[in-house]
Amino acid sequence: MTIWDIFSILFCLAGGVFFLAGVVGMLRFPDAMSRLHALTKADNLGLGFIVFGLCLRSLAVPVIIKLLLIWLTVMLASSTACYLVGNYILQKAEDRPKEN
Amino acid sequence: MHHFYLLMAMFLFLTILVGLLRVFIGPTTADRMLAAQLFTTTGTAICLLLAEALQLDGVRDTALVFVILSIMAVAAFVRRLVPKDPGGES
Repeated sequence: MTIWDIFSILFCLAGGVFFLAGVVGMLRFPDAMSRLHALTKADNLGLGFIVFGLCLRSLAVPVIIKLLLIWLTVMLASSTACYLVGNYILQKAEDRPKEN
Repeated sequence: MHHFYLLMAMFLFLTILVGLLRVFIGPTTADRMLAAQLFTTTGTAICLLLAEALQLDGVRDTALVFVILSIMAVAAFVRRLVPKDPGGES
């Protein structure tokens, strides 16, 4: 086991901790807006740590580039999705007093 | 070494199972959609870990497809439930 393997294990464990925190926040936070916050942390940092840990392990440059591109796509997708869902929540909160 | 990646993928799968509770008890549809979004990211991480553990390069492409489908799902969800455009009325 080389030093890179140890670093890879550490980074993957850190990513797992962030995913666990995301699920716990998803279950424990009171409303949808704060759950949005828990979701983005797991998306960006959890997957980021795991991708970095896997990059340390793999030796081929195309694989590393593909992993980084997947991470960038996830960050782009998650920030867009969080904007869309947050906008939806806000709009529904504005519509509700009119209905009552 | 690949045993560690398999264990990590199993742990992430367990977090998906626990997070399904939010889909069941989620009061609004937005909560359920957010939980599904979290599962997509976790599934992407699982795919990447499995690709490294089992030495299957094609699984990374599967992870990429997961990401693109997730953003499409959220866009369809928002368009279906918000009939009018926020700034559309001039």
